[in-house]
Amino acid sequence: MSNINQLFNKELKVINMGLKSFAEDLKSQEVKVLHVDWRPPAGGNKRMAALLAKLKK
Amino acid sequence: MLQNRIQNANKEALSRILSAQPTLVGIGVAGEVIPGMTKKTILHAGPPIAWDKMSGPLRGAVIGGLIYEGLAANAEEAIALVQSGEIQFDPCHHHDAVGPMAGVVTASMPVWIIQNTTFGNYAYCTLNEGLGKVLRYGAYSEEVINRLKWMEKVLGPVLKEALALKGAIDLKTMIAQVVMMGDEGHNRNKAGTSLLIRELAPYIVQTGFGNEDKVEVLKFMHSNDHFFLNLTMPACKATLQPAAGIEYSTIVYTMARNGTEFGIRVSGLGDRWFTAPAEIIDGLFFPGFSAEDANPDIGDSVITETTGIGGFAMAAAPAIVQFVGGTPQDAINYSKSMYEITETENNTYKIPVLNFRGTATGIDIMKVVETTILPIINTGIAHKEPGVGQVGAGLVRPPMKCFEDALEAFVEHMEEKGLIE
Repeated sequence: MSNINQLFNKELKVINMGLKSFAEDLKSQEVKVLHVDWRPPAGGNKRMAALLAKLKK
Repeated sequence: MLQNRIQNANKEALSRILSAQPTLVGIGVAGEVIPGMTKKTILHAGPPIAWDKMSGPLRGAVIGGLIYEGLAANAEEAIALVQSGEIQFDPCHHHDAVGPMAGVVTASMPVWIIQNTTFGNYAYCTLNEGLGKVLRYGAYSEEVINRLKWMEKVLGPVLKEALALKGAIDLKTMIAQVVMMGDEGHNRNKAGTSLLIRELAPYIVQTGFGNEDKVEVLKFMHSNDHFFLNLTMPACKATLQPAAGIEYSTIVYTMARNGTEFGIRVSGLGDRWFTAPAEIIDGLFFPGFSAEDANPDIGDSVITETTGIGGFAMAAAPAIVQFVGGTPQDAINYSKSMYEITETENNTYKIPVLNFRGTATGIDIMKVVETTILPIINTGIAHKEPGVGQVGAGLVRPPMKCFEDALEAFVEHMEEKGLIE
């Protein structure tokens, strides 16, 4: 049996990053899930992320 | 490395903010004590603004200020005088002052004098007029002008004499105490007003004024839960001013609104304002009013959040949610989220329910842009028409554009200095 199949034969402990609805769907199926409130730097605004990067040198 | 320069500059800014010692030292007349004031100067809240861009409440307060000063007999004369170009408008912030809501200060008004005794700088603020029809919400009827005259002739002089008898009052300790007592220092000032009365009452009684005046002064302070706001504000202004102008610092030392625009200033970028249209406040409205009636965000009182109290200390003031909406848990969450965008925790203003954790202090434009978490502001809502007054209270955030524009300017400044290719 491959490792991935072994994983799904055990109780899943899920850490969800990004869209909260993924965590909520799992919760509704009684799967233990920890949601991390994560957003990409500058909310995905590439221009702002580039400016921030310039200052972190 | 540039990053190290920024870190060191921000450390210096926070060291100045945390070591500030705002102290109430007296009461003066605006025209005599505020730098650069003349009979025809009108100071206002927020970033610079011309008459034609002013919102209803600010226009109303300007009209009232001119009538109060005897420069105009009525609204028509006041508007004609403004349009003649004789009146000089300037932000309170350009004169070491702050003003709630419209923030109008004219030459004859009594003002609190606060000294930051660590650095020697001063800050000034008018005395709070109370609720209802008041100048700061743009009202200028006879009762408003009469109250301002009473404040000039009785309230100011009585409190000035009482303060002279009492001696200086340590506002930093007092604000720390009011945060422990369920105030957040912006939109809830019940504890602060009560403590101030406790401090001053024995000395008001000892002044040389008649009993009638003394009773009126005590009743006036007692009738207005926001009386202490006009002391937290200049205390915060005096605290932040020494943090201005530190090269390489990305810490915000001013946030303010004029009812049309929201503006911020950043330590390493000197006196430059970064502005964007002010937001509409999300809150609870008094009976008979709705969001339709609301003016955009207005006032210098957001200097409290800039210092780490107000919305940033909302967890300390759970009762305020009955005034602004939400639940006590929301208040805790708002205060906690502010640690994501600030440099440090306050060493004096502490929140009991967070295990006495210091309030989030020192907003960093880099952290705001990176996390997209905007400062939370706890504020009153003015009616958009002059003279109606407060119509509610709620929560608002600054426009992200202010922070993005400031970041862009900061990077340009570093490029000009040759620190970024």
